[in-house]
Amino acid sequence: MTVLEVRDLYKGFGGVQAVAGISFGVAEGELLAMIGPNGAGKSTCFNMLNGQLRPDGGSVHLNGRDITGLPPRDVSRLGVGRTFQITATFGSMTVAENVQTTLIAHHRGLRGLWRPAAALHRDAAMALLERVGMAEQADRACGVLAYGDLKRVELAVALANDPMLLLMDEPTAGMAPGERVELMALTAEITRERNIAVLFTEHDMDVVFTHADRVIVLNRGKLIAEGTPEDVRANRRVRELYLGESAEAG
Amino acid sequence: MTGAAPMLEVAGISSFYGWARILFDLSLSVGRGEVAVLLGRNGAGKSTTLKSIVGLVRPSGGSVAFQGTEIAGMPPHRIVRMGLGYVPEERRIFTDLTVAENLEVGRQRPRADAPEWSVDKLFALFPNLAEMQGRPAGRMSGGEQQMLCVARTLMGNPSLILLDEPSEGLAPVIVDQMAATIGELKSRGLSILLSEQNLRFARMVSDRAYIIEKGRIRWQGSMDDLESDEAVKQQYLVV
Amino acid sequence: MTGQIVVQFLTGLASAASLFLIAAGLSIIFGVTRIVNFAHGSLYMLGAFIAYSLTQRLAAGTAYGFWISVLLAAFVVALIGVVIEILMLRRIYRAPELFQLLATFGVVLVVQDAALWIWGPVDLMGPRAPGLDSAVDILGQRLPEYDIALIVISPVVLGLLWLLFHRTRWGILVRAATQDREMVGALGRNQAWLFTSVFFVGAFLAGLGGAIQLPKGGADLLIDLNVIAAAFVVVVVGGMGSITGAFLAAILIGELQAFAVLVLPESTLVIMFLAMAVVLVVRPWGLLGRPMGEHAPGQAAEPLLRPATPRARLAWAALIGLLLVLPLIAEDFTLTLTIEIVILALFAASLHFIMGPGGMVSFGHAAYFGLGAYGAALLATTLNTPMELALLAAPVVAGLGALVFGWFCVRLSGVYLAMLTLAFAQIAWSVVFQWYEFTGGEDGLLGIRRTPWADDRIVFYYLVLAACGVAIYAMRRMIFAPFGYAVRAGRDSRLRADAIGIDCRRFDWMAFLVAGAMAGIAGGLYVYSKGSVFPDEMSIPRSVDGLVMVLLGGVQTLSGPIFGAAGFTWLQDEISRLEYWRFILGGTIIGLVLAFPQGLGGIWRQIEALIRRRRATGIEAGR
Repeated sequence: MTVLEVRDLYKGFGGVQAVAGISFGVAEGELLAMIGPNGAGKSTCFNMLNGQLRPDGGSVHLNGRDITGLPPRDVSRLGVGRTFQITATFGSMTVAENVQTTLIAHHRGLRGLWRPAAALHRDAAMALLERVGMAEQADRACGVLAYGDLKRVELAVALANDPMLLLMDEPTAGMAPGERVELMALTAEITRERNIAVLFTEHDMDVVFTHADRVIVLNRGKLIAEGTPEDVRANRRVRELYLGESAEAG
Repeated sequence: MTGAAPMLEVAGISSFYGWARILFDLSLSVGRGEVAVLLGRNGAGKSTTLKSIVGLVRPSGGSVAFQGTEIAGMPPHRIVRMGLGYVPEERRIFTDLTVAENLEVGRQRPRADAPEWSVDKLFALFPNLAEMQGRPAGRMSGGEQQMLCVARTLMGNPSLILLDEPSEGLAPVIVDQMAATIGELKSRGLSILLSEQNLRFARMVSDRAYIIEKGRIRWQGSMDDLESDEAVKQQYLVV
Repeated sequence: MTGQIVVQFLTGLASAASLFLIAAGLSIIFGVTRIVNFAHGSLYMLGAFIAYSLTQRLAAGTAYGFWISVLLAAFVVALIGVVIEILMLRRIYRAPELFQLLATFGVVLVVQDAALWIWGPVDLMGPRAPGLDSAVDILGQRLPEYDIALIVISPVVLGLLWLLFHRTRWGILVRAATQDREMVGALGRNQAWLFTSVFFVGAFLAGLGGAIQLPKGGADLLIDLNVIAAAFVVVVVGGMGSITGAFLAAILIGELQAFAVLVLPESTLVIMFLAMAVVLVVRPWGLLGRPMGEHAPGQAAEPLLRPATPRARLAWAALIGLLLVLPLIAEDFTLTLTIEIVILALFAASLHFIMGPGGMVSFGHAAYFGLGAYGAALLATTLNTPMELALLAAPVVAGLGALVFGWFCVRLSGVYLAMLTLAFAQIAWSVVFQWYEFTGGEDGLLGIRRTPWADDRIVFYYLVLAACGVAIYAMRRMIFAPFGYAVRAGRDSRLRADAIGIDCRRFDWMAFLVAGAMAGIAGGLYVYSKGSVFPDEMSIPRSVDGLVMVLLGGVQTLSGPIFGAAGFTWLQDEISRLEYWRFILGGTIIGLVLAFPQGLGGIWRQIEALIRRRRATGIEAGR
């Protein structure tokens, strides 16, 4: 079943068409990679899906529901989890509190003025941290974690609102090659077992070709190729515009 | 006068952010006309090492000698004026300024001991930039910005440049261009120290490598030695 | 009719001139040094005073002498700016931005008393500009010739500034440094020199602004804070860092005021406020501004916020015990001082509530303290409301104010938000100050008596202790409750908070409301402790008092503001009997900031860092 359905999306900035008519879909349990050169429109496209930007034209549907132009918090409440290129966590809270805050938000409990939040949803938070391998570090401050661990926390936070779609912006940026593979393997495992649709952008072609079920390629705001990793790797235009000669080496 | 001294000699420096210790007794050197690479994963201390050399982070203890002159503890602008150029990881171009203005900020007087650059020579090296002289730098693509960032540093006529992860976040085609540029700079007599996590890129451009982990140099040797040492690659780089 | 409109329009343009000059200077200095120079109004004031003195001496009465005096005054002010930069700011560029702000406020206090000492307390009438001292006839209306000179000056200065920033190497470097000053240093430019030269230009503009308005407004000791508030409004409306924006905003504000005078003279301030509100709703970053970085000034990486440890609980219990038995052991005046300290501790804690967990720096928190105070006092004096009811009404009045002002403020962040809070506070102050029939203006409201049962000092002391204690404890609970987590989430990472479905703006607004209402409680109690209230209670210095308390105590701890309030109130009580106490207070603030750039609360952390560093190096060396 199609979870995310993007139809004919347009966005321009001062005369430049950043995204010029893009359509695609992501199915349940599928990992779809979006690749392309810098300035191809990936970020713009991503930000229209998560609500940070309002499209000039076209529509975005989540499970058949029109979410075009909704602000990020509403998109989130409808079941979209996100991770960021540069991790975004709450630095003044512990790892567990980061997840707990997300759970409290998910259960609409943020208006509480008296009962300490530290006791709320603690078990559920621990279960999620267990799943991403961060349970031992649950009571450490997010600010002192190693980068790879921070990425795991972000994954747990993104899963905490029980999403049907996960949007991951360059999930492995800034990680060592070994950690990249581990993190994406974990992501793939969890999202498949929960039947979550995943859309991610990525510069590391190893990650893309190892973990993606399907790949779409953007260039100058348009979709220039779509298909399995093998198809895309073999596509001549993609090699010319993006992958370059060293594609074999990867 | 200092012909015998290596271009850069870092001996036993330690650096802190607040109370967190990042570098531990770190030593490395770059010879004249050499391209050395500092390899390591994120958070290993690569950026801090480069920042400690250029004075953006003040090393506590140890020494940093540039062409035989002690520079540890000097403010960045004095170090840079001696002919040590720095290209930061996040590029940090001035997005509100035009391409030409960005270059103007980097301009310094020519130096006898370093290749001399001018706007025209740089436009010959980076033809893309010539076409967009008057364009605000913020409206260029990531790859173009990276080239501008290198060009801006070259305007200072350095004899050594530090490049912090030049291939990061660039499309594979642009990475190839970047490698070609570094080769070109080397052929003109510049010494280069770069930091990288991308082994494939490092392989294309460098003569010698240092592997850094948790703020310490763990391994050093020629690129060829590294190539043949599977154990080291497995342990620190996980290719 | 047409003539009147044309002349009024030209008058508006003329009054925009000095506003533009000071706002442009403020904007340029902030752009490069990231310092909100509170003392910019003081530089403007000095420009007026110095120009006055010079025009009396230099070829007095000649056009030549007048304009030389004006330029020379601006130049002298520019040199004073350079001295301030080199002696003070240069030492604290690495300190948190709020400490730099405090230091510049120290300069405000010092300059106030220095000007009082040199020029005396009497308002000085400016001389007429020779050669431009008559009026011209425009469609039957008369316009002073000097106004025409002012109208010409702004666009000329704007043009010169544009050339300076786009056609000179210095200008390109300044624009680059405005974006990333560290990178400019890493490209071989000496930042120290650049900062000093920028301060020279900014101070010159402020001095020029003060000097050219001398023939119209004269020189007095109040213009420093009045003009800085107006300059903040212009900068916020025009867009931070945009000189052209400042130009347009100055004209907009000048025109609105010029025409408001025609329609309803009392409405000038409200008009300025409305204009700002409309602009900010339509364009949150001002007419020509752009969004700035997410983080609030001085809010680096936040440490973990943990509930009190058993030892800390014990310390709190001991402190509360001591306060409870204080009436048995202390003399009257100690008790009076303690009442004031406890009330101001609540004020400081409420400011901390939005500054710390909320991450919103307020330069105008006294507005809510004052609204609570005036709310209670007016109920008591006009409606004979009993104390109990008036005290309950105080937080409601202050909360309503916070609700209205906060609605605008939470749309902005960082320094924009801070400037907007100050502008609102200054508006509230002006209303109270000018509405003589209702608020008593400068004379204040007197004779507010406590209900008989609380008339006794000791009973009132316990009442204050109970009210403030409960209020502070309630804020503490909120910080650790889900509400506090939501507010902190928005501060730590707005991106992430948005992505997990938190409506950050709404929570910021609620935090603003809570802080305002709590400050209102403090204000209400304050009125009944003094029996009177004056506009000073909502003035800029009172807001800065709050900032000093919070910053000295340490933003990052929950107990900091309470100890900061105690220390600061005690100090102020000690020196306020002296004639030049502002000078001493300002000097003390500057001295503290220079000596402890990380705040008194930061001293321990500094020592700790040093010890750990020693230890770490020692261990390595021993290996």
